[in-house]
Amino acid sequence: VSTQSTGLHCTHSMDSVFGFVGKDYVLLAADGSANRSIYSITQEQDKIMRLDDTKLLVGAGEYGDVDQFTNYIQKNVHLYNFRTGVQLSTRAAAHFTRGELATALRQNPYSCNILLAGVDPVGVEVVEGEKREIGGPSLYWMDYLASLNKLNYGAHGYISYFLLSLLDKYYKIGMTKREGLELVNICIDQLKRRFIINMPRYVVKILKTDGTFEVLHTGEDSHVPLSD
Amino acid sequence: MARRYDSRTTIFSPEGRLYQVEYAMEAISHAGTCVGILSTEGIVLAAEKKTISKLLEPGTSSEKMYKLDQNVACAVAGITADANILINYARLTSQRYTYQYQEPMPLEQLVHQVCDWKQGYTQFGGLRPFGVSFLYAGWDEHFGFQLYHSDPSGNYGGWKATAIGANNQTATSMLRQEWKPTFTLDEALKLAVKVLAKTMDSTALTSEKLEFGVLKRENEKVKWQELTDKELETLIASVNLTSITSPDDS
Repeated sequence: VSTQSTGLHCTHSMDSVFGFVGKDYVLLAADGSANRSIYSITQEQDKIMRLDDTKLLVGAGEYGDVDQFTNYIQKNVHLYNFRTGVQLSTRAAAHFTRGELATALRQNPYSCNILLAGVDPVGVEVVEGEKREIGGPSLYWMDYLASLNKLNYGAHGYISYFLLSLLDKYYKIGMTKREGLELVNICIDQLKRRFIINMPRYVVKILKTDGTFEVLHTGEDSHVPLSD
Repeated sequence: MARRYDSRTTIFSPEGRLYQVEYAMEAISHAGTCVGILSTEGIVLAAEKKTISKLLEPGTSSEKMYKLDQNVACAVAGITADANILINYARLTSQRYTYQYQEPMPLEQLVHQVCDWKQGYTQFGGLRPFGVSFLYAGWDEHFGFQLYHSDPSGNYGGWKATAIGANNQTATSMLRQEWKPTFTLDEALKLAVKVLAKTMDSTALTSEKLEFGVLKRENEKVKWQELTDKELETLIASVNLTSITSPDDS
């Protein structure tokens, strides 16, 4: 079923990963399927990794590359925490990840697209004389060529063709958690309707600026339960 | 007896000492005093210059103070040439970190890296240790203003106020008595002048014998400023030097 071939850069994967920034949270969603050729090995896979208390990472692409790379990043973030006693900011973690991906890519073909989500303490910084607000929830999108962008919403894989236009229309800055979850369900509905790959179950992970972390699973209707 | 165990850095003496490291510290104890004082508004680094000459071209280089990064500066006591190597290493390390993380390197991590590098020279390679001690002053978002001291052994510590170089014990005991956690930058500057007045041989303090630097934050931006001669003269004049009493005075 896969149209990717090894040895070439695959541009899209069947993995469905998307995410967006809300009023006081950031959310990542990923489907639970692990498919190999015509088989669905499982629908219960949890692809979204916790880097530390305030960061999440999900990869999409070539299976081996994704597993290895996301694991490598996670362990390096842990090492940083142990070594220094402080946490990396989301921005620092994103740039670190980007650098490592760029390096890996220059050794051999590598296909791993990343969404990195995090929450940071709010603050102000001065860059070239200009004051900028930093912190709060943030989302970083990185494709397999290690190009990094900070975005309000993003997606990887074939599903991006379906979801980006949907998110363009329905995403609003400063959505409440309930509004965000409603938006997730709209996205899932669209994929259920129009995407040929069957993805009955999704996992949604939410990081809030108050430090809480939530994991939601879709139910029989492939919807996440709504809550505030 | 000690002579047998001096010549190689990579061996212990029977008493468990590393003589080369100790000899390095001895070299530093002859260097111009450096004082570092933490205040609520920033950090003062003050030092006594040893090379003073009318023929010296001013402004080309500093003997004691160096900027390591946007948010970090240091004062040096010891062999200047050795210091240059370590300063370069510190600057490289800082920039490598910023290249990787796109953020300034937190101060303690920088100090730690430089110290790990110094430690290497006490354990392998057969090279002598660096004959330099540093006082690092910096600000980062994790711990705010911080002052660290590192020595040739590769050990470091965080301080509220400390001194290195010649007469550092006199300086440190005076700091212990006079330092307060409520200090403003101004009070810290004045105390630095008093401390150096006590440690320096000469009877009168002039700006040409001193280097003073201040690390502070203005509008969310970290600034490192070395005082000009004029500012130093004004500062020295504002301190009542006759009121200094030795801790030994009854």
